[in-house]
Amino acid sequence: MAQSPRLQVVDITKSYPGVVANDKVNLTVNPGEIHALLGENGAGKSTLVKYIYGVHEADEGRLVWEGKELQISNPSHARKLGIGMVFQHFSLFDAMTVEQNIALGIDRKQAGGDLPNRIREVSAHHGLFLDPSRYVHTLSVGERQRIEVVRCLLQNPQLLIMDEPTSVLTPQEVENLFKTLRLLSSAGVSILYISHKLQEIKALCHAATIMRRGKVVARCKPEEQTTKSMAEMMMGQNVSSPVRSSAQTKSRVSLDIVDLSVSSTHQQGTDLKNINLQVLSGEIMSVAGIAGNGQREFLEVLSGEVLVDDPSMIRFGDIGVGRMGPMDRRKIGAAFVPEERLGHGAVPDMSLWENVLLSAGPQIKLVKNGFIRLRAAQKFTEEIVGKFRVVTQGVRRAANSLSGGNLQKFIIGREIIQKPRLIVAVQPTWGVDAGAAVSIRQALIDLAGTGAAVLIVSQDLEELFEISDRICVISNGCLSAPRPTASMTVQEIGLLMGEAGLGGKGASPI
Amino acid sequence: MLALFKLERRPETSRAMVYCSPLIAVVLTVFTAMIMFSLLGVDPVKAITVFFIEPISSVDGIAELCVKATPLILIGVGLSLGFKADVWNIGAEGQLIIGALSGGGLALAFYDQESIFLLPAMLVFGILGGMFWAAIPAFLKTRYNTNEILTSLMLTYVGLLVLSYLIHGPWKDPDGQNFPESRLFHESALLPILIDETRLNLGWFVALLVVALGWVLVSRHVIGFQIKVVGMAAMAASFAGFKEKKLVWLTLLVSGGCAGLAGVIELSGAIGQIVPSISPGYGFTAIIVAFLGRLHPVGVFFAGLLMALTYLGGDSAQISLNMPNAVTGVFQGMLLFFLLASDVLIRYRFKFSQSPPMSERQQ
Repeated sequence: MAQSPRLQVVDITKSYPGVVANDKVNLTVNPGEIHALLGENGAGKSTLVKYIYGVHEADEGRLVWEGKELQISNPSHARKLGIGMVFQHFSLFDAMTVEQNIALGIDRKQAGGDLPNRIREVSAHHGLFLDPSRYVHTLSVGERQRIEVVRCLLQNPQLLIMDEPTSVLTPQEVENLFKTLRLLSSAGVSILYISHKLQEIKALCHAATIMRRGKVVARCKPEEQTTKSMAEMMMGQNVSSPVRSSAQTKSRVSLDIVDLSVSSTHQQGTDLKNINLQVLSGEIMSVAGIAGNGQREFLEVLSGEVLVDDPSMIRFGDIGVGRMGPMDRRKIGAAFVPEERLGHGAVPDMSLWENVLLSAGPQIKLVKNGFIRLRAAQKFTEEIVGKFRVVTQGVRRAANSLSGGNLQKFIIGREIIQKPRLIVAVQPTWGVDAGAAVSIRQALIDLAGTGAAVLIVSQDLEELFEISDRICVISNGCLSAPRPTASMTVQEIGLLMGEAGLGGKGASPI
Repeated sequence: MLALFKLERRPETSRAMVYCSPLIAVVLTVFTAMIMFSLLGVDPVKAITVFFIEPISSVDGIAELCVKATPLILIGVGLSLGFKADVWNIGAEGQLIIGALSGGGLALAFYDQESIFLLPAMLVFGILGGMFWAAIPAFLKTRYNTNEILTSLMLTYVGLLVLSYLIHGPWKDPDGQNFPESRLFHESALLPILIDETRLNLGWFVALLVVALGWVLVSRHVIGFQIKVVGMAAMAASFAGFKEKKLVWLTLLVSGGCAGLAGVIELSGAIGQIVPSISPGYGFTAIIVAFLGRLHPVGVFFAGLLMALTYLGGDSAQISLNMPNAVTGVFQGMLLFFLLASDVLIRYRFKFSQSPPMSERQQ
C-alpha cells in the first residue's frame, strides 16, 4: 500500500509517580482500519488514548497524523484534526433534548448549519436512528451512546476512538453498533477500539495491538487468533477457567423473596416490581441485566440499606429480614458486595484494616466494649490479604492505593472469609483483570461448594454462563423466572434484557 | 499566556501536607501581617513582637493564654467531631450562651446558699443547656432534613436575645444600679483558681480532660470510627449499617454540650457573673480552631492556644501600638484564608514547567 498510515505514535513514554504508564509504545492505525487496543486494567490503554486525544502530554515520543508530525495540545485541537472519541461514561444532560446535548459539545461551523436536520441525516446514514427532539432521560443506554457517536460523526472524523463501548449494551445493541462501525470503516474512517472483550475483538477488528504493564507486547490479526491465545498474550500467562465440582446438594431455600415491590429512593431510579425469587443453599443464582434496571435498588433492599414494610417479603432461611438493618443481617450469616468498590464497599481514604471494620467488626469480634482491637483487626486483615493474594504494600495502606482488581479481591475476601451462608455480589469482576477475575469466580464457586447460597448480579454474560446454576434477568425493575443456565442462550437473555429496556425509564449509564 | 506552574493532582493524598498546611498558613499569615503593619506605618518586627511575644512573656500572660484557650479548645474538640461526620454545627456561640445561662441561672437561683454541690451541678446544667440548644437543629435535620448550618447559626442570634432579655429583665442585679448585669456569683459558684493572682482556673483541666477523651473516642472507639466513615463516604457507612441519624444527633449533642460547658466555665471561671457579652465570639473562632487543628483533638489543643494568642495579641497591639481592636479579627480571618488555600496542597501539588509547552496550534 502506498497510502500513509492515518495515525502513528512512536516511542511514547509517559510516567506517573511510581508507574510508567506507557513505555516506548508504538501504534499504527491505517485508514479504514478497525484497530483493537487490548489489555488488562492498568495496562496503559487509557493513558495512550488520552495522549492521542490531547488530554495530556507525553514525556517522550512523537505523533504522526496523516504523514505530518505534530503535537495535539487539547481535545478541541484533536477534534479539529478529525479525531473523535466516545468515552465509556457519557457526558449527557438528562433534562435536555438530544439536539441540545449535541449542540453543547460541538463546534457549530464544523457540524454545518441546521443542526436537527444534520442529526437526522447523519444518524440515518449510519443506521443510528435518533430523534433530535427526544429528552435524554427517556432514552435507553444504547440510544444514549448513539448520541455520543453521532456527536462525533457530525464532525466528519477520520479517526474514531471508542473506549469500552459495549459494556452497557444488550447483545442486540452490540450487533447494531458493530454494523455502524463496519459501515464507517468501509467509508475509510479508522476506528481505535479499546476493549478487553476478546469475542468482540475477534468479530470486529482487523488488527490488534496488545498491551501489558505499559508496554506493547504483541500485535496480531484477531481473525487468525483464538480468544484463548489473545488472552494469554494479554496476561502473559496461561488462562485457567474456574473449576466446578459437580456433586452438590441443593435443597434448602436460603433466600426467599416474595412479592417484593419497592419504590426507588434515587432520582431517576427504577422501582422494583413484584419480584419473586428463591435461591437454594449451595446454588449460584445469577441476575443478568443492563445497568440501571433496578440492580442498585435490588442490592439495597437485600443488604438492608433500604428497609421494606413487610419483614417476610425477604427471608434469610426462616427469618423475615425486611425490617432488619445491614448489621443484623450480617449477624445471621449474610454478606454483601456492592458494585461500587470505592465509596460504597470501601472508604477510599481509609486503611485496609479500617475498611475491614465496615463489615466484619461485630462478627469477627474486632470490637470489644465499643473499643477497636487494633492488633486483632490488623491481623485479620493480613489474613485476608494473604489468603486472597491481594497485592498491597501493607494493611495500613489506604484502600484507594490498590488497583481495581486487588481492591475487589480484598472486598470479596473480606466477605468470604467470614463464611457467610448467603452472599449477594454485584458485578464481582467488573473492571477486574482476567487473572483476578478467575480467582474471584473460583472463590465464589468454592463458597457455594460449602453450602452457601450465592446470588450474583452482573452484566457480564460470559461470566454468568461460566459460573451460575440458574439465571434470571432483571429489566425495568421486573425479574424474569429463573431458568437453568444450560437451557438458556445469549440471544434469549438479550431479548429478556431488552423487553422493558427499550425506551424504558431509568436506564441511567452510571 | 504562559503559566509558570500548574496544579497537578497527587496520586494519593499527602499525609505530610495535612500537618504542614497549618504551619504554612501561620507563616503566610505572619508574613502578610508584617506587610500590613508596615503599610500602617508601624515597624513590622516590633509589631509582631508586641502581638505574639509580649503577651506570653510573663506567668500572668501564660495564665491568661490558657484562660482564653479553654473555651476555644473545648468547643473546637466538640465541633471537630461533627465536622468529621459532615455535620456542620455553626451555632456553637449560641450553645455557649444558652449553656452559660443554664449554669449561671442555677448559680443565681442559689445565690444565698453555699454548697459544694453547686459547682458540679452548674457544669452539668451548662452541658445540658448547650445540648438542648443543639438538639433543635438535630431534630430539624433528622426529621425535616433542614440544613443545620442555617438553623444552628440562626439560633445563635435567638440565644443572644434570650441573654439580653434575661439580664435586662428578670436576672438583673437588684442592687446593680440598673446596669444590665446579674449578681456576682458567690465563692461556691466559682471555679477554683489554680495560680494565685491570675485567672487561671480549674476549667483548664476540664479542657485537657476533654482533649484526652476526644482523642480516645476518635482513635480507638467505634463511635469515632463511625463518625469518620460517615464523613468520608456516606454510602460506605450505610453499607456497613451505621445509623446516620443517630450520628447526627450524637455529634450535635456532643458539640453543643462542649460549647455549653465552655460557656459555664467562662462564667464561673473568668467572669464571675452574667454580663451582656459572655464571649468575644469563641463559638465562631472555634470553627477556625477545629480546622487549624485538622479536626483532631490534639491538633485542636495547639490551634486553640494559637488562636487564644491572637486575642491577647490584639489587646496588646491596642495598648502598645494604638491599633484598632479589629486586628484580632484580621489575623483570624487571614489564618483561615491561608489555611484553606494551603489545604489545596493536600490533594494537589505544584508542577513547574521549565519550558513553554510545545504546541503547534493551527488556525
